Amino acid sequence: MENKNFEDVFEAKLAKNEMVEPKDWMPENYRKHLIRQISQHAHSEIVGMLPEGNWITRAPSLRAKKVLLAKVQDEGGHGLYLYTAAETLGTSRDELLDALHTGKAKYSSIFNYPTLTWADIGAIGWLVDGAAIMNQVMLQRTSYGPYARAMVRICKEESFHQRQGYEIMTHLSFGTKEQKEMAQDALNRWWFPTLMMFGPPDAESPNSENAIKWRIKRETNDQLRQRFVNQTVAQIEYLGLNLPDAGLQWNEAKQGYDYSEPNWVEFKNVISGNGPCNKERLAARNASHKNGEWVRAAAAAYAKKHAEPFMAA
Amino acid sequence: MSDSQGPIWEVFVQKKAGQPFVHCGSLHAFDKEMALQNARDLYTRRNEGMSLWVVPSAAITASSPEDIGSFFEPANDKVYRHPTFYQIPDAIGHM
Repeated sequence: MENKNFEDVFEAKLAKNEMVEPKDWMPENYRKHLIRQISQHAHSEIVGMLPEGNWITRAPSLRAKKVLLAKVQDEGGHGLYLYTAAETLGTSRDELLDALHTGKAKYSSIFNYPTLTWADIGAIGWLVDGAAIMNQVMLQRTSYGPYARAMVRICKEESFHQRQGYEIMTHLSFGTKEQKEMAQDALNRWWFPTLMMFGPPDAESPNSENAIKWRIKRETNDQLRQRFVNQTVAQIEYLGLNLPDAGLQWNEAKQGYDYSEPNWVEFKNVISGNGPCNKERLAARNASHKNGEWVRAAAAAYAKKHAEPFMAA
Repeated sequence: MSDSQGPIWEVFVQKKAGQPFVHCGSLHAFDKEMALQNARDLYTRRNEGMSLWVVPSAAITASSPEDIGSFFEPANDKVYRHPTFYQIPDAIGHM
């Protein structure tokens, strides 16, 4: 009976660009949409540690190894910020992890591609983190307070990720002939999967309309994708590499590049579990969670044994 | 809410001595020592602070948004609590 009134307050808040906080009334679909989006985002950070982790033991120098370790540790931290943001909406860490481990929850399609060479680590930092930043900068002003605050922290930390990736690409692109070929090969393989990261075209994006209406997102998939292409072309030219899209062309009228769409059939396949590494990623996550079980049990037993009256409650 | 990762803790960080402690996020931990170590690893990887507080989420009592009007209402009509309410002669300059 009072719902109408609560809904008015909620709508008024969005209209004034104010943030919604955990204890505020919110429509059930808004809550569900956020749990889905934030947890997918968290899962992407955690699964995203795997393709890069693949190169930690084989980094070409001690400096490169330190940098990569720091970056992968950051991704783990980002996952944790996001999980706790999702938990303010009334779900639990166990539920969220269970959804990931059983394959019920989705994560970004990009992490189902393999990292075959060192140049892939450069391409991921530069392109994949670059695309993620474009999305995350927008999300710093998302309408849900805990999500927005997590994004502010994440954006501050991400800019080193992109820069270290581009640095790797410059070393390879201005190195030997073989190194330059390796850089080109990485760009060829990562370009279109990176464009897919922004999600399906607006006309076919089932969740976009609500996300914009509720100010969870402020720009559409296609707008963000266009901005990413516009920004990245000059960076590719500087490296002296070829952009693997024959359809790329400057469009004076829209003051942006026309580009070819990625293969959306491939996107759907990868999202639904049939990408090159889906099974491997999920198996690695499950093994890691299972191998950590005795640590959680031991920590819980220790805490119980040493519980103070206040904490025992 | 407690689950297999331990209860939730709220983390407050003080950037420099003399500054207030500011809430920066939350985490799971099984006890206060682990909460403090996790907070250091999670929220101060780039010298964000010189001091940390961790508080069990369950120990926090918060005002509720539905009562916002009546709860904070007593402060609304007391403009005389602000310095601009008073008129001071120009002749004496800044006070």
